[in-house]
Amino acid sequence: MSTFTRGFATSCLKTWPWLIVLILTAILLTQRTEFPQIVAYPEAWTLPIAEAVSAAMDGLVEWVQHTARAISGGLNVAFSAVQWLLIGAPWLASVSLFALIAWQGGGWRLALLTFVLLLYVLTSGYWVPAMNTLSLVLVALPLSVLIGFGLGYLGYRSHRARQAIMPLLDLMQTVPAFAYLIPILLLFGFGPVVGLIASVVFAVPPMVRNTILGLQNIPPAVLESARMSGCSRRQQFSWVEFPAALPQMLVGVNQTTMAALSMVIIAAIIGGFNDIGWAVLSAMRKAQFGQSLLSGAVIVILAVLLDRISAAYAARQLPTSSFCGLPLRRFALVFVAILAVTMLAGYLFPVLHDWPAWLTYSPAQAINEATTQFVRAYGDLMAAVKNGMQFFLLLPVKLGVERAIVPFTWGITFTPAAKVAYWVIALAGCAVAFGLSWWRAGVAILVLAGVIYFGTTGLPWLTVLLLISLVAYQVSGPGLALFAGGSVAFLLITGLWEPAMISVYLCSVAVFLCIVFGGLIGIWAASSEAVSGIIRPINDMLQTLPQFVLLIPALMLFQVGDFTALLAIIAYAIVPMIRYTEQGLRMVPKTLIDVGRSCGCSAWQLFWQVRLPQALPQILVGINQTILYGLGMLVIAALVGTTGLGQAIFVALGEANAGAGLVAGLGMALIAMTTDRILQAVIPG
Amino acid sequence: MTTQAEPKLSVRNLWKIYGTNPKRLVSGDFQTMTHAERLEHARENRHFVAAADINFDIYEGQIFVIMGLSGSGKSTVLRAISRLDEPTAGQVFFDGTDLMAASPKELTELRRRKMGMVFQSFGLLPHLDVLDNVAFPLRAQGQPRDKRLARAREMIELVGLDGKEHSYPHQLSGGQQQRVGIARSLAVEPELWFLDEPFSALDPLIRSQMQDEFLRLQKQLHKTIVFVTHDFLEALKLADKICIMKDGEIVQIGTPADIVLRPANDYVMEFIGDVPLAHVLRAGDVMSPPWTDGETHPTVPRDAILEEAIKLFDDSTETVDVTDEHGKILGSLHPLEVIRSLYHDDPEHAH
Repeated sequence: MSTFTRGFATSCLKTWPWLIVLILTAILLTQRTEFPQIVAYPEAWTLPIAEAVSAAMDGLVEWVQHTARAISGGLNVAFSAVQWLLIGAPWLASVSLFALIAWQGGGWRLALLTFVLLLYVLTSGYWVPAMNTLSLVLVALPLSVLIGFGLGYLGYRSHRARQAIMPLLDLMQTVPAFAYLIPILLLFGFGPVVGLIASVVFAVPPMVRNTILGLQNIPPAVLESARMSGCSRRQQFSWVEFPAALPQMLVGVNQTTMAALSMVIIAAIIGGFNDIGWAVLSAMRKAQFGQSLLSGAVIVILAVLLDRISAAYAARQLPTSSFCGLPLRRFALVFVAILAVTMLAGYLFPVLHDWPAWLTYSPAQAINEATTQFVRAYGDLMAAVKNGMQFFLLLPVKLGVERAIVPFTWGITFTPAAKVAYWVIALAGCAVAFGLSWWRAGVAILVLAGVIYFGTTGLPWLTVLLLISLVAYQVSGPGLALFAGGSVAFLLITGLWEPAMISVYLCSVAVFLCIVFGGLIGIWAASSEAVSGIIRPINDMLQTLPQFVLLIPALMLFQVGDFTALLAIIAYAIVPMIRYTEQGLRMVPKTLIDVGRSCGCSAWQLFWQVRLPQALPQILVGINQTILYGLGMLVIAALVGTTGLGQAIFVALGEANAGAGLVAGLGMALIAMTTDRILQAVIPG
Repeated sequence: MTTQAEPKLSVRNLWKIYGTNPKRLVSGDFQTMTHAERLEHARENRHFVAAADINFDIYEGQIFVIMGLSGSGKSTVLRAISRLDEPTAGQVFFDGTDLMAASPKELTELRRRKMGMVFQSFGLLPHLDVLDNVAFPLRAQGQPRDKRLARAREMIELVGLDGKEHSYPHQLSGGQQQRVGIARSLAVEPELWFLDEPFSALDPLIRSQMQDEFLRLQKQLHKTIVFVTHDFLEALKLADKICIMKDGEIVQIGTPADIVLRPANDYVMEFIGDVPLAHVLRAGDVMSPPWTDGETHPTVPRDAILEEAIKLFDDSTETVDVTDEHGKILGSLHPLEVIRSLYHDDPEHAH
């Protein structure tokens, strides 16, 4: 017993800042009926930051409008030229040339795949919107690659430049793209060019990162041998650095391509252009699920082709690759020859120029009917699932059990006696943990009990501010604490507190489910080749797809609402959790497992005491990625009707309110960056 | 070796110091301080001295081995001489001109024509095949393609890699990769050949093979060589002169026999502890003046290792004569002296 009391005392000593915050919270909560501003941050204390940003934006627009419009004009010309080529040319020419490009990268199989999939796009009747989207990507891509390469090289050469570039990249990737659509809209005017510019902004970071990575990973001896060979600076760049970093940079091109595609499709939300993203979106808005599914399939095809082809070019560059395609000059020759022949054929035979209408086939109507029938047959079951999740998981986290347990939902009343029992159990749990010197667990029990009782939207804002700063302080130090506290304060004074907490609620439920199920799937995949073989292509698929597409099936089955958004977020954010868990477990050195075996560990002990601790850093990286993915998807999920910051951004987009959009976007980015940095500090190594 | 000739490479008062402002540290009073004061001065200012007051001369055709454990500053010295890292202070004279005063352009020119370097981790360009890797320095010189490839083929043959011209580095074993590195460093016919732990990444068996190869090449080429290693036996096997370093300072410079027979201090003694002396010492190292008793004795060349010489002693033979390459008798070996020289903890020979 004495060790227990001693453990309890040391735990209390170690956790005194936490205990003070929790006691303060308890006092605040007793006063909340009299002073509602304890929970709801009073509007009078907010600052008109959004308005100020809007005003500044207006000034900026006036100042650089002419330049911006000139750029947009230039881009429009480039875009129209590509568009004219892709749509104006006979379909036979476009399809053949894409197949040729695919062949040059990856050989016959890839060429055949390209040919067949593009024929399907023609058949589906979405050829024109698909080619419009592709034109945007094809114009955005070289711009992103060039800018990304330039910035990356700068960051490689100059340490100071790198210090400036890295946080900028974080910002570019965490601020939801919708947020900067508005200023781009204001600056560059309406039209497809907005999506183009947004996708350039969004697609630059992976290129920068991979360029820096590729250049930095060149072994020092290689650079030194170049210097000792007497290379000039320019020779060193073009003969050594560039070719040695090329494979990694092509990986960057692949990622940049996918990011550009993803963004071009998301940018369809501003409308006014007949691209494939718009086809999905308008079909979704009209609840035409068949059409949205079919146009979604076309997006999937575009994504798969762009991914495979750019990845093939990247793989071809590795020294281990055996396929190398044609030499450049002969490739150009063949290209021109095929172009001439197919063009001629197209103009001689109209069938080869415009895809004939009798060859298009759309099962949209059939899909619609099947969906209706499915919903009619299993509607009750699905409603039960949806309500169950809503009542027993979503609502308690959002509103707290205090408000979520009512006869309508749980079938019982949360009586005062039950409330007392709840807190007695929580406190007892904490006391036991303290006694066992598990002081972290004790604090976690109390905080969790509080969150579940009051809900994320029912916590005093001061508590959240203090707790997050405290966590940041304990894992890293005053710097991070300041950043975390500042981020929370930003959300408070901009008046975004309520939507932010709703976003946090939805995202944490999604992330929680991702960790549980993703972790389990990852463990399973790590122990079975068969499972791993099935999971991997699914993961590849989920990650290659533009996030947008994931909304379609969720929406078809569960209509608009938090639960649908939750499913879409999970579908996207579970991938890194599965991946990193599997990878972490598989990477455990075999000798360690042999050591465990020779010490007589059971399979269970081997897992908990050898493999899991070894894999933990990787798994934490996976959790971190999952959170970032979840927050990224949250904004897109707002399209299917969740409230929160995502919706705030959409509203701003609708009103072309640059200030509100940017501030909400920045709020989102701050949440993402705070969690990212806290987790980074926790991850060992 | 001969000391009359001008040294090919002389290092004078070379310092390499790391810290916030090493240049300022060595300015001002630094010149007038004693060595100990300088080290103390650097420590007080929280600077790290990687190489302290290094001085040595290397003569044409000599293999000069810098030997030390990791962190001893051996690579630092090599990198400072080649100016891969700029030294903090000091001069390096190459054929009498100060390398430290060379402009970047002159340095590039020197590297293109006069220097070759081999790296521990090979430093091969992953995107080029063996032939292009070896021809790379010639490309930097601006030689036409035909000419440089022909030269590269010669070099590849020299290191025994014929048939591998069109392999890529990742397809080669470590030993083969380092042969490519050696061929590349020799392609420009350098006068100075730098080797930075060239064989340390290789398996022991391959390492020993490569050492023999290296000696064979040097017999053919007569380069002036700076060779860095942490392997004392390798140093003894290859060196004409060894420079032992510890904590950034030179502990002892001498021929392998000097080091083994007259170690400067306990630190050097520790290395010798593991050395099979009969393999390292040569007849010429331990001989005494010629023993003229009117009889003819069996003879050994002066660079024969003792193990070979010992085999000649038997019940009736108590003297073995040591000859030079022309058969002239230089001195004699006696069993007692041979035995004594093999006892390195003999107090007489410890100094």
